[in-house]
Amino acid sequence: MPFASIFVPNFLLQAVVRAEPALRERGLALIDGSPPLWKVVAIDEMAAQMGIEIGMTKTDAQQFPGVEIRSRFPAQEKIAHAALLDVGWSISPRIEDTAQDTIVLDLSGLTSLFGTEKDIGAHLIKRLTACGFCGNVAIARNIATALIAARGFAGITVISPGQESHCLSGLAVSVLSPSDETAEILNRWGVTTCADLARLPILDLSERLGQEGVRLHAQARGAITRELVIAEPTYSFEETMELDDAVEELEPLSFLLGRLLDQLCERLTARSLGAAAICVRFQLQPSFENAVNIQEAFQTEKQPAQYEKQMQLPVPMRDSKMLLKLLRLRLQRNPPNAPIQKITLTADAARPRITQRNLFLPSFPDPEKLELTIARIVNVVGEGNVGSPSLTDTHRPGDFQMLRFLISREAPKIDRGCSRARHRTDERADGTIPASFRVFRPAIPAKLDLHTGFPARVTFHGLRGKVSAASGPWRTSGDWWREDPWQQDEWDLEIHFQDAGEPFNGFSNPGIYRFYYDSLRRGWFVRGVYD
Amino acid sequence: MSSKTSALRLQVESSLAARVASPFQFRDRRIVETVPTGVPLIDLRVGGFPRGSLTEIYGPTCSGRTSLLLSALASRTAASEVCALVDAHDAFDPHSAKAAGVKLEQLLWVRCRNVDQALRVTDLLVQDGGFGLIALDLGNALPHMVRCVPMQVWFRFRRAVEHTPTIFLVLEQETTIQTCASLILKLHTQKTRWSVTAAESTREISRPHSPGCLLRGWKIRAEMIRSQAKRGDRSDAGFEAEITRNIKHNPADEQGGRRQR
Repeated sequence: MPFASIFVPNFLLQAVVRAEPALRERGLALIDGSPPLWKVVAIDEMAAQMGIEIGMTKTDAQQFPGVEIRSRFPAQEKIAHAALLDVGWSISPRIEDTAQDTIVLDLSGLTSLFGTEKDIGAHLIKRLTACGFCGNVAIARNIATALIAARGFAGITVISPGQESHCLSGLAVSVLSPSDETAEILNRWGVTTCADLARLPILDLSERLGQEGVRLHAQARGAITRELVIAEPTYSFEETMELDDAVEELEPLSFLLGRLLDQLCERLTARSLGAAAICVRFQLQPSFENAVNIQEAFQTEKQPAQYEKQMQLPVPMRDSKMLLKLLRLRLQRNPPNAPIQKITLTADAARPRITQRNLFLPSFPDPEKLELTIARIVNVVGEGNVGSPSLTDTHRPGDFQMLRFLISREAPKIDRGCSRARHRTDERADGTIPASFRVFRPAIPAKLDLHTGFPARVTFHGLRGKVSAASGPWRTSGDWWREDPWQQDEWDLEIHFQDAGEPFNGFSNPGIYRFYYDSLRRGWFVRGVYD
Repeated sequence: MSSKTSALRLQVESSLAARVASPFQFRDRRIVETVPTGVPLIDLRVGGFPRGSLTEIYGPTCSGRTSLLLSALASRTAASEVCALVDAHDAFDPHSAKAAGVKLEQLLWVRCRNVDQALRVTDLLVQDGGFGLIALDLGNALPHMVRCVPMQVWFRFRRAVEHTPTIFLVLEQETTIQTCASLILKLHTQKTRWSVTAAESTREISRPHSPGCLLRGWKIRAEMIRSQAKRGDRSDAGFEAEITRNIKHNPADEQGGRRQR
């Protein structure tokens, strides 16, 4: 049963570089601690060559030109670790969360999917690189050997069964992670490599170093076996970035969002999932404009303002470019009102859609493209003006609601009985067209002259007309128990206008209009026209 | 000379025989596929709405434009096609649409405030593609405002829907698209029909002002100004159609009920 261990060296730095890939080309030093006693806790090779050392203060480190200094960001490290776990789960369902920078995978049964163990190793490296890491992969028959080999050897290492001792022989004893005291003792004895440690007699070693010595001896020979402690898969996908300089403009913000979305989508792709919803949270720069007492404002610790937007997607997506476009359109419509200090993106994961097109169904718009189109349309016409209309369960004239437009992908049901649709077809078989109505929104105020209780003349929108035919009144009312009841007397009127000329916004001569008298507002209105 | 031409023609035809049959015979470049409008009378006269091209329906108010549009929407949504309606002045009535048989859940309704917004939204929709029918309702827009729309806008729309199964319908008060449209229908009202309720009398009356009389419907006259599908056929240039209201048995129950509460 082979196991693979993935080790990410200098994990703290890699967590930072993952968010800012451009830092790979420069020297980087990571500082931690409480101000003003910041100390350097991690450096890369370039910074080490320039002369920076771990333990140096921030002020000393700043003396070296060309070195980037970043603060430690625990939340970012946690997310980087989650990304590392996603890499493991993308290959094997059984992984162990050994340490922040190390995971172990059970490779049983995967050779039929991915090929030889070396191919599996190459696959893991590829996935690591896609997620922004530079790591080592070691494959061995027992977990301990794989862990040690991943720490000791760069790149891909495959240890054949029975060769564990030979492969580990050249590694330094420090890769076995001895305690400081034991390491000092071994150093005094001149034991520097695993081969030296493996040659020592086990009984004497146990007398001098105790159980730790026995453990180190077994590790050096690659003889320790243990069971895999399987980690439960998590479905939390979050990416965050804290900014040294707050961002205000949309263009640089889009660049940062694009980078975070690329990482998020890469993780989702690795797990064969899609994002059903994206939540973007901004931590805004606190403003002191509203502070009454300036002294108090500086003394008290202000809670940073938050900006949060949730974006529901019609289908699970993992196209980072499409998601970025949707986010940009949303932010253009509702921009944050302060510069942004921290960005957090969270995705609700879901299985991607699986559609099987029916041979006899017509084509429909692509849901992902349509979502983007609708977002662009909303930017033109405003929120609430795009969607599917749906009639509400009320007798209030003209009442409806706008629902989100979602494409139904179900095949149409075949109705074998006598249906309304068939009846309607029979109605139209004689050549008639069902009458339709055009609504005036809002209703147009009108003045009516009544004669013996019937409308005789009308005036609205600067037009005067004579009523040549009338149907009504038809009283309708309701919702008396609510704050907005209604009571209307409706009329259908055929009107001949006196002013002939160019029609004004749909009014023509003659026309059939629906008027109503609103008993509560005590006025006449034109609801619409038949067309 | 003619024998040389014949010999040359024969040589070309024989060398292309394996690939192209009758290479010198004229072929109609485009076969127009039409779909039912939802009104069999109009399908018979006009041939249906063409796919992949513009159709213009124009006429004054009460000429039946909206009724024909809703019939078309009902026909396409019944065929499980996704439709879009760009409403330039927010005049669409969902209740009429439901009564006409439109499946509202398959209709994307965009409520605009002016012609400019409507054109921008229409451009986005035609570029997206995939819709069975896209209707641009400029029925309430003043003709002089629609005339200000440059012709290249209509050409752009036509080019966008060409070679797609999308029907593009435009409703207006006067014709402006002209040569860009493959089908142009002109509608106008003729006579309105009123009647009294069944309780009083069943005869139709020509002078309503009586209590309880109802609008039965009205007659319209339709003219096919231009049709690519029926090119050269002028015999059915004009015909009459009837628009009827679906009045239920009890007039007081119209549109789901008008009971006093």
